[in-house]
Amino acid sequence: MPDASWQPVIGLEIHIQLATASKIFSSAPTAYGAAPNSQASAVDIALPGVLPVINADVIRMAVRFGLAIDAEITPNSVFERKHYFYPDLPKGYQISQLALPIVTGGHLDVAAEDQTQRIGITRAHLEEDAGKSLHDAFDNATGIDLNRAGTPLIECVSQPDIRSAAQAAAYAKRLHTLVRYLGICDGNMAEGSFRIDANVSVRRGATDEFGTRTETKNVNSFRFLEQAINYEIERQIDVLESGGTITQETRLFDPDRGETRAMRSKEEAHDYRYFPDPDLLPVAITADDIEYERCRLPELPAAKAKRFERDYALATADANALTVNPETADYFETATAAAGDDPAALGRPTANWINGELASVLNREGLTIAEAPIRAGQLGGLVHRVADDTISGKIAKQVFDALVAGEGETADAIIEARGLKQITDTNEIAGYVDQVLAENPEQVEQYRAGKTKVVGYLVGQVMKASAGQANPKEVNQLIVDKIG
Amino acid sequence: MSQPETIADIVSGHIASPDTAKERIQACHAKIERSQSQLNALISQDHSASNNANGGSLSGLPILHKDLFCTDGQATTAGSRMLANFVAPYDATVVSRLAKAGAVSLGKANMDEFAMGSSNETSYFGAVANPWDTSCVPGGSSGGSAAAVAAGLVPAATGTDTGGSIRQPAALCGVTGIKPTYGRVSRFGMIAFASSLDQAGCFARSAADCAPVLGAMAGFDPNDSTVADQPVPNYPAALTGDINGLTIGLPRQYFDAEVEAETARAIQTAIREFEALGAQVVDVDMPHTDLALSTYYIIAPAEASSNLARYDGVRYGHRCENPTDLTDLYERSRAEGFGREVQRRILTGAYVLSAGYYDAYYRKAQRTRRLIANDFQQAFESVDLLATPATPGPAFKLGSQIDNPTTMYANDVFTLPASLAGVPAMSVPAGFAGHLPVGLQLIGPWFEESRLLNAGHAFQQATDWHTRQPPGFE
Repeated sequence: MPDASWQPVIGLEIHIQLATASKIFSSAPTAYGAAPNSQASAVDIALPGVLPVINADVIRMAVRFGLAIDAEITPNSVFERKHYFYPDLPKGYQISQLALPIVTGGHLDVAAEDQTQRIGITRAHLEEDAGKSLHDAFDNATGIDLNRAGTPLIECVSQPDIRSAAQAAAYAKRLHTLVRYLGICDGNMAEGSFRIDANVSVRRGATDEFGTRTETKNVNSFRFLEQAINYEIERQIDVLESGGTITQETRLFDPDRGETRAMRSKEEAHDYRYFPDPDLLPVAITADDIEYERCRLPELPAAKAKRFERDYALATADANALTVNPETADYFETATAAAGDDPAALGRPTANWINGELASVLNREGLTIAEAPIRAGQLGGLVHRVADDTISGKIAKQVFDALVAGEGETADAIIEARGLKQITDTNEIAGYVDQVLAENPEQVEQYRAGKTKVVGYLVGQVMKASAGQANPKEVNQLIVDKIG
Repeated sequence: MSQPETIADIVSGHIASPDTAKERIQACHAKIERSQSQLNALISQDHSASNNANGGSLSGLPILHKDLFCTDGQATTAGSRMLANFVAPYDATVVSRLAKAGAVSLGKANMDEFAMGSSNETSYFGAVANPWDTSCVPGGSSGGSAAAVAAGLVPAATGTDTGGSIRQPAALCGVTGIKPTYGRVSRFGMIAFASSLDQAGCFARSAADCAPVLGAMAGFDPNDSTVADQPVPNYPAALTGDINGLTIGLPRQYFDAEVEAETARAIQTAIREFEALGAQVVDVDMPHTDLALSTYYIIAPAEASSNLARYDGVRYGHRCENPTDLTDLYERSRAEGFGREVQRRILTGAYVLSAGYYDAYYRKAQRTRRLIANDFQQAFESVDLLATPATPGPAFKLGSQIDNPTTMYANDVFTLPASLAGVPAMSVPAGFAGHLPVGLQLIGPWFEESRLLNAGHAFQQATDWHTRQPPGFE
């Protein structure tokens, strides 16, 4: 058994692909999945004589990102050249930022494992992506696709403030939510729009020293991130407890085996020979530029979740779940508005539908909220009919399923067509009540003897007798009146 | 001996009678073909354009482009085996602007490989000979352009200057050559050597001939982030020929340096001529001048090592036969594709940028570069222009310095400081050392090309050095 006094120390470096129409230093489009090399301009393939020109949208997006994580925006950040030879790096260097990144010193507040912790963000810098090497596409040759070369990235580097895999995943998810809100990244992890490298080390006892770390590269899902970190923590503890030492190295996560393996060690690390790129001027950003972007910032997830708790009387967990992406939050607000004029009363039932039934439908079908088979207005109509006692919660589930199946345009249409309207005629309900009381004398006696809980059973029997259409509140009242 | 026509005469003739442009182009092509075995001034000839007498400021003017400028659909070699088979798919901004003004490119001028050299001997396509003495070098790196203008093959040619590559060959070939302010002319499509120093310029017989060519080349370009966004003055209109009251500074450090005796005498005579024209000549101090050579030979190779990393045998350019693996592909393609001087500078540049040496070399060189620029800033607070020898001596023999890089590098000692400071500078013919031309360098403040051209023009109104033609090329 590993010694429980081991403490993991984790920092994440996340590459966020910016959702610009064109590349960071050329006018070539950034769309994913085009035919190889069809989106690579003279600049992207580094022909002799070409020069980079910064895409102004990239700078705006980086400023918005910096503001959203409460960071400093560097007024004159500098692009530098990072040199290494590889066939998918056309210039022999990557244009990146080193000494003066565009964003420094931010943070995110992250809730995981029943506590909220502030995770520091050291820096976020701009850089261009490389192309892709296609090693399996040809016999005895490697194909080079430069469509991705020059795609703008923000590399966001956290402080080593993270102490568990779950917290790392929560931080990464929070950042993922944030960039989606800001509209600066499509967040598509399968296409590589949000790529995570995890720096992991472990240490024992009360110490401020860090252990030797490894860097696990290009983890492309939150689940894999947790697996990779947990694997790495256990591996490092095993090595150290059996008297070994950790090698500082780059590792790759193998999702099929659920383990990490060494890619290259520090001894093989490059001397990147960074120096300021003489083809590009420092990025001048004025206080006015920053204010302009600040005014255009959307409501951010943390603020939105707080507002949901307050205005819709939601529990924290529900508010967080609904604000995980802007589309879900919009869906919730649209549905609640369609349900009626009382957000404080209607918010919670609407949230329950979205986080419960709807989430399981989406999960089962592999759909996003934008592709939901039931529109926000339709769900609001359903919530409305439960709130005004037209149908019971139980009947509502049938109506929901019918809406999902496309059997009617609105909840009302389905209720009407199927005759699901709740029975509110007291005489009709009284008939069912009398029948049930007559059939269950034993329970009636128990009630009278003080076991008032038994009334639930009796209500259930009446509901059964009425095929669910009696109003349960009314049934309850009638029973109590009759036997009390 | 016939007086060469001015560009203004040539252009107005073409506008009046477009057929004369066609005839001139054919005559230039014939001269080029006759000269090639003697001078080797061109890497490739271009017969595709017969006439471009479009009424522009350079209507039908035959020119050559240094083979560092990309020309759409044509071989663009940078004087290197690495790009011997490279056909550019686009025009450099300089090329398209000159074409728009009416200039007609007759081909690509020979040059030192990737503009690295002061003798044109590092070209993969063979050395260029100096028309004044074909056993001598024409200077470099724009040696082909300078030799072609000197030999009268074309009235003007483009060049590039990183540390003296226009001014030094202009001086050695007895023509006028101007390197404008860094940022005056777009670098887009100009194959990079040292990005923070490279600047396009031109050669012609006289300052008056350089003026319209530079005017057509200069100006803002959205494809180059380092080009200045400010209007281009009408350079020809600035040529009043009046320099009365102009203050010309003689930097003490340039005149204390070792200069060949006849060259020094020619420079002194030229300075007296400026005084005779009404200029006031004063001594100035530029205390950091002696740092320029070592500063330059850190910064330029550093940037070169980076700029030339793209020539890896993967996408275009030279690729070695049958590489065994990726490393072999890189190593042999680059070892075969680059000549010795280029390799020397790549190695030097990689060294000064490497971990542990960056601060001692590259960072320190950036500091000394600022000191050198400050010298110019201060000098121009008290003088309008600076005058210096362009080179320490006249053209040297082919083969005499090529095996001694530090001797070769010293040829640029007077041209490097202006490059490091980014100020405009030009070389004008100022006499002879024996049978070989001598060049006077004039240096102006940032973006004062008009002042520079006008001073050169005033001098050339009073002298005839710029009209001299090498024997056999009249």
